Amino acid sequence: MENREAWVAEALAAVEAAQSVADLEQVRVGWLGKKGRVTDLLKALGKLPVEDRPAAGAEINVVKEQIQGAIGARRLTLETQAIAERLAREQVDVTLPGRGELPGSLHPVTRTIRRIRTFFESAGFDVAEGPEIETDYYNFEALNIPAHHPARAMHDTFYVEDGMVLRTHTSPVQIRVMEGTKPPIRIICPGRVYRCDSDVTHTPMFHQVEGLLIDENTNFAELKGVVQEFLAAFFEKPLGVRFRPSYFPFTEPSAEVDIECVICGGKGCRVCKHSGWLEVMGCGMVHPEVFRHTGIDGERYQGFAFGMGVERLAMLRYGVNDLRLFFENDVDFLKQFS
Amino acid sequence: MQVSVAWLNEWLDKPVVADQLAAQLTMAGLEVDAVLPVAGEFSGVVVGEIIAREKHPEADRLSVYQVSDGTATFQVVCGASNAAVGLKIPFAKVGALLPENKAIGQAKLRGVESFGMLCGADELGLDDDTDGLLVLPAEAPLGVDLRAFLKLDDHTLELDLTPNRGDCLSLRGLAREVAALNALAVEEPAMPDVVASIQDVPAIQIKAAACPHYVGRIIRNVDAGAKTPLWMRERLRRAGVRSIDAIVDVTNYVMLELGQPMHAFDCANINGGITVRLAAAGESLVLLDGSKKTLTEKTLLIADDAAPLAIAGVMGGVHSAVNESTRDVLLEAAFFDAVAMAGTARQYGLHTDSSHRFERGVDPQGQRRAIERATALLLDIVGGQAGPVVESCSAQQAPADAVLLRRDAIERVLGLAMPDTDIVGILKRLGCDPLPHQLGWQVSVPSWRFDISREVDLIEELARVYGYNRLPVATPSYAMQLKPCPETQRSDDRYRDLLVDRGYREAITYSFVDPAFQQQLMGQSAAVTVQNPIASDMAAMRLSLWPGLLKAVMGNVHRQQHRVRLFEVGLVFAGADAGAQRRRMAGIVCGLAQEPHWEAKGRPVDFFDVKSDVEALLALAGMDQSVSFKASGHAALHPGQSAQILINGVESGWVGALHPLVQQRLDLSGAIYLFELCLDRVSSGKLPSFKSLSRFPETRRDLALVLDSAISAQTVADEIRQLAGSHLKALSVFDQFTGTELGNNKKSLGFAMVFQHPERTLTDDEITSVIERVVQGTTDRFGAIVRN
Repeated sequence: MENREAWVAEALAAVEAAQSVADLEQVRVGWLGKKGRVTDLLKALGKLPVEDRPAAGAEINVVKEQIQGAIGARRLTLETQAIAERLAREQVDVTLPGRGELPGSLHPVTRTIRRIRTFFESAGFDVAEGPEIETDYYNFEALNIPAHHPARAMHDTFYVEDGMVLRTHTSPVQIRVMEGTKPPIRIICPGRVYRCDSDVTHTPMFHQVEGLLIDENTNFAELKGVVQEFLAAFFEKPLGVRFRPSYFPFTEPSAEVDIECVICGGKGCRVCKHSGWLEVMGCGMVHPEVFRHTGIDGERYQGFAFGMGVERLAMLRYGVNDLRLFFENDVDFLKQFS
Repeated sequence: MQVSVAWLNEWLDKPVVADQLAAQLTMAGLEVDAVLPVAGEFSGVVVGEIIAREKHPEADRLSVYQVSDGTATFQVVCGASNAAVGLKIPFAKVGALLPENKAIGQAKLRGVESFGMLCGADELGLDDDTDGLLVLPAEAPLGVDLRAFLKLDDHTLELDLTPNRGDCLSLRGLAREVAALNALAVEEPAMPDVVASIQDVPAIQIKAAACPHYVGRIIRNVDAGAKTPLWMRERLRRAGVRSIDAIVDVTNYVMLELGQPMHAFDCANINGGITVRLAAAGESLVLLDGSKKTLTEKTLLIADDAAPLAIAGVMGGVHSAVNESTRDVLLEAAFFDAVAMAGTARQYGLHTDSSHRFERGVDPQGQRRAIERATALLLDIVGGQAGPVVESCSAQQAPADAVLLRRDAIERVLGLAMPDTDIVGILKRLGCDPLPHQLGWQVSVPSWRFDISREVDLIEELARVYGYNRLPVATPSYAMQLKPCPETQRSDDRYRDLLVDRGYREAITYSFVDPAFQQQLMGQSAAVTVQNPIASDMAAMRLSLWPGLLKAVMGNVHRQQHRVRLFEVGLVFAGADAGAQRRRMAGIVCGLAQEPHWEAKGRPVDFFDVKSDVEALLALAGMDQSVSFKASGHAALHPGQSAQILINGVESGWVGALHPLVQQRLDLSGAIYLFELCLDRVSSGKLPSFKSLSRFPETRRDLALVLDSAISAQTVADEIRQLAGSHLKALSVFDQFTGTELGNNKKSLGFAMVFQHPERTLTDDEITSVIERVVQGTTDRFGAIVRN
């Protein structure tokens, strides 16, 4: 083959000059395609004398392979370049925020009630609910708070029609359940309650969770155990807990429960009024009158009940310093419980 | 109840220390709210006497006094109006330190040297009274330190007593309690009976069962102008009781000391005898505080032959009250039944020390004692001659029955086998008398512990004195209870979580709302009304969660929150009956459909954004088929953008835009979207039920129909579903288009239909014939025209 080197040099120059995969394809077609120059040479082999053909063919094939090799190498380069360009072009600022909606939030009261529920449900308690407009009977009478009772004054009751009231506590649910259930009974009753009182530390509506356990041998020691375990679980730390004698018409013995101040650790601060203790719930053994009203045999069964203010617990748990924030529904407040 | 610890200590055989006592009482169920010093911190103040006075040469309001401390005389400049020669007064010498670190030095006042200061009660932190110098009794020894003379190194305890412990509303009651807790003895001051020196007796008639016992006594020729002695005024002050005059001060003192409220009438203004009776309709009485009360028939009265004198146990009338010119006094100490007394004071807008005690109960056996004590004090202070004590009983008071206390009941309730010696010891310290019984004890309870009538009351007392915190702690163990777990039940929590995940924040708004706003919004006035609301705009129980949520959104918009997504779950009150209180879930949305994003300008939220949230909620209950949205009017909503949500044809909620008029009235600039769902209509979901899958290909056909604008997509879709038969697998609206080329009041709806047969491939012909049937049917029914 004449000027083989010039052929190869020309072809390789064309390959190198190709700036895209499409250019390169044109070069390939021009040299190696059906009508390409190397193909033409191969076709022309037939016109050579038979004895010359192998040598000439071999020579042309060398040329063809050289060109093919160059094209393959160039394709790889061009493809790599193209990908690199595409990658560069398609680069995004990954620090920009994504599209779409982020989750909102549960109200801290709901969140707190759920925590309380989770604890007691895992201990085998059921959740019971009741009406918020209650009869005098369920809110007071059946709970051993007859009309003349001075404890009524402690309740600041809202009255509606026909002598009905906005329930002042969740305890009426306990009566409704006791009326219709054969012990053992293990319930908690979360819900809204209402008191006719409004100032920096009182809102006319707030939430309570009432608890009730009735069984044959339920005693005060178990009440202490359950309350202590609950408080440690709720605050997720071992806490000093103390029981103070108190008075509720529907329990006897009755107790107020104080925890070591979670703000100052019991050293004394503004929140605990420098006492080192915080009152968090009331509790006691179910009063014989409550058993009598609900038709449960108080000689056979004993029970304990407890009640806690949800907002109070939420304030202590999350460090909220103003009760009224719970009902202002300021998004900046709600957002903090996401 | 407020009490001086020094006074209390006079009743105990061993003194107690204020702080320790406070802690102990709190842990015994008598909560101490505060321990306060009875005077400010001061030193260097002695009893002085004014022995001479001269006018100040330069100042009209000031005088120059010579003051003696018994050993020397000091010149003091003072401006007090009640300063007078011969008075004994607190004298702060040079070098004295008064409250708030006020040091007394030698000073020149308008050019005259002054060596010390004469003090008023306020300047010593005794009282808020700024009315001149504190006048000390004539017998006060000169030069004695004032703190020692007035025994000011004392504290008061402020007790917040529970209503069952009316017995502790007196010094005597508290002393008993403290003695019981500390195993001390009560040492009562000697209170000898006063022998009558005249024979005058009041005529007393009891005509009401609510007054089983009335004790009266006449004291004649008193000097009502006599001054209450300082020691008594100090004790009253430390108990938080204002000194009025000697006679009233004595009755108050006895009430504080013995717990028995008393009253003193001026005999000159009693017409005939005393009758204890219920009020007659229309009677009225002007009380000591000057208010005139029209009495109701249930009110227990002390009356004379002509008119009511006092509301029994609450407050006396002004006409028969003692005053400076009173000569003859009728003293009253009565027992009024707590049940009858309950609510009386509150009914008249009153709350007095007396009503507070009677409502909680007083010792039914304490009346005579109180009369004797008051008589003795009165004779000492105001003089006079006492007649015999007259006791009148309407019913014989049987002593309370002994209470059976079973040993095993104590252990059963407390989880502690308390030793007998502890039990008996505690009961005795409480003044009980336990007699052994085969099951435990028969316990006689003292008359002042009227709160104890049951076994469990005694058990509580045992626990209380023993110490709640010494009682054992246990964890209950009970038989495992295996509960059903209904798979289709949907809890409120699941719905809450869904909305939270969709970017909503949960709000909690008051259940009572502004009645006018609610009526405007809901177009009805059937709300349950709160009779004693906190404020007039919180007087109606809500009929919907919207009024509260709207208020919450307004609050946020005013705080520059423009994109708000809130929801609430709670009861609404169609009536007061339990059945009329239903659970709802409601949402409210305003502002941009999405949080502002760098890529797009964002568009305001619209009906279909909110509808999709509602659809998601309904889908949770598996209700895609049985739910329909019906364009319908609601007073609160935009008539063209509101729908009633029907579940199986039953009204179950609403979704829509807030009516633009309401929006304007609320001064809200952007559109607001609302929804509300009855949660009891979606409380159960669907149990999955498998249908076999088809292996054969689906075929999709699109059909655009030109229709009158008034025809709803859902109506057409329902019709298509009917017409297309059972192989229609899915139907959706893929396009809605309006334009002039369609003509006025026309729209085009594009429906995508997907067909599939469970057992074979559907042929083109089969599908075409279904499409033809659909076209024909919609043309017949709605006048639909196929748009090409």
